[in-house]
Amino acid sequence: MSDMKLKLRCENVSKTFIQKGNQEVPVIRDITLSVYENEFLVILGPGQSGKSTLLKIFAGLEQPDTGTITLDGKPVEGPGPDRGLVFQSYMLFAWKTVRDNVELGLKLRGVPAEERRKTAQHYIDLVGLTGFERHYPHQLSGGMKQRVGIARAYANTPSIMLLDEPFGQLDAQTRMFMQKETARIWEQERRTVIFVTNNIDEALFLGDRIVLMEGKLPGTIKTEYVLDLPRPREHTGMDFLRLRKEITDNTELVL
Amino acid sequence: MAYKEVVVKKPLLLIILPYASLILFFGLWQAVVQFGIIPNTLLASPSQVLTTFIDKLTNANPDGATMGAHAWTSIQEAFLGYLLSLVIGIPLGLAMGWFNIAEGLFRPIFELIRPIPPIAWIPLTVFWFGIGLAGKVFIIWIAGIVPCVINSYVGVRMTSPVLIQMARTYGASSWQIFTQLCIPSALPMVFGALQLALAYCWTNLVAAELLAADSGLGFLITMGGRLGRPDIIVLGMICVGISGAIIGFVIDQVEKKLLAGIRR
Repeated sequence: MSDMKLKLRCENVSKTFIQKGNQEVPVIRDITLSVYENEFLVILGPGQSGKSTLLKIFAGLEQPDTGTITLDGKPVEGPGPDRGLVFQSYMLFAWKTVRDNVELGLKLRGVPAEERRKTAQHYIDLVGLTGFERHYPHQLSGGMKQRVGIARAYANTPSIMLLDEPFGQLDAQTRMFMQKETARIWEQERRTVIFVTNNIDEALFLGDRIVLMEGKLPGTIKTEYVLDLPRPREHTGMDFLRLRKEITDNTELVL
Repeated sequence: MAYKEVVVKKPLLLIILPYASLILFFGLWQAVVQFGIIPNTLLASPSQVLTTFIDKLTNANPDGATMGAHAWTSIQEAFLGYLLSLVIGIPLGLAMGWFNIAEGLFRPIFELIRPIPPIAWIPLTVFWFGIGLAGKVFIIWIAGIVPCVINSYVGVRMTSPVLIQMARTYGASSWQIFTQLCIPSALPMVFGALQLALAYCWTNLVAAELLAADSGLGFLITMGGRLGRPDIIVLGMICVGISGAIIGFVIDQVEKKLLAGIRR
């Protein structure tokens, strides 16, 4: 990976939350990782492994207690439009149409209306929502809402995309379909992506590289897998299943 | 590939039921008075009220003003007071919900004034403004501003924190989050306030007119009492009811139009 351009660097990051006023809960400890340009990095871990907190720190929504985050060589100090977030809950403006939701970031930056519309249309088409520009979120299915979320993040042309279990609320079939769509969208327009999930199949289907988190708090990196599986991938391919078994065997279930 | 639109029909029974309910109510009322079950000195029948209404349209006796003049006084007072409470209460509540400085500054005073019933202000307003328009507008303003402030405040406070985080990641400033996220998401609560404030304004208007006035629908009711004329009392009550219902209906329609995107 040394020949690739470094995008995001996370160095010795730790975070402890204070719960109920006085209880210290160490959430992540001493995380160091690098993300390279146009790479699809998956952070895989069960619930309560600190992976979402790590992503929030990348987004600037949480401050690390120790350690530093640098994006494109500059330290991350707060939230900003250079990072595009897609949340598990769809987080659309209920009173805005699909188009207006996708235009959000552009509008906040003061992009002129005509250019805004053109950009928004491009990404609405890219995520497959052509014809739904004037619909309101409540008229859309869960999968479609998350497409709007992805289009909104893409349209803002962030330096890096951060996706936090984006398909966690979808049913199994829609989820698999959205994985295929995500792979298609990403191959059509390459971006640097950090994708957080608790789903091994999802990780294997999408990732160039998987960072596996330890299954308990405080979250630490257990190991890393580099996937050189050809795309488009199949959920039932031989290499896919071999790796799936390897990762499953390496993950202990915490109940 | 938009969805196809269809017309959904309501069952006939559900369409006629509200009308049937009204007809039954007035029919029973008429019968009760007509057959002397309740003596006419205590309650007027709907037909008597209607006759009085038609008479009062042009006749200023015995209470000093025609129906139209009474209604106009009340509507003026209510509308001015209501409008003032919206114009001041809603922005104040919204600002208190988002800006800590506004909350710290106004909340204590507001909490102190809030539990005082608006009618308790009547003696003071008579000192300050006499029994004319200004005093009543002040009472109505006090009555209407409370739900406006509370609902707007709570509406802003209930804005999804994750939505606020999302807006921050898109580089939205505090002011942009307030105007483009908090206010729209508070709108359903604010419209609730419009309805609530109207109810408060209207009831307190009548109460204020009962105590200190020389015209208006509340004054008409008082005069009916003093003159021993149940038909005038009931006429005043019905006018208050119908006008309130009409204004409420109009606000409801406006709300439905404006909030088309939020309602499911």
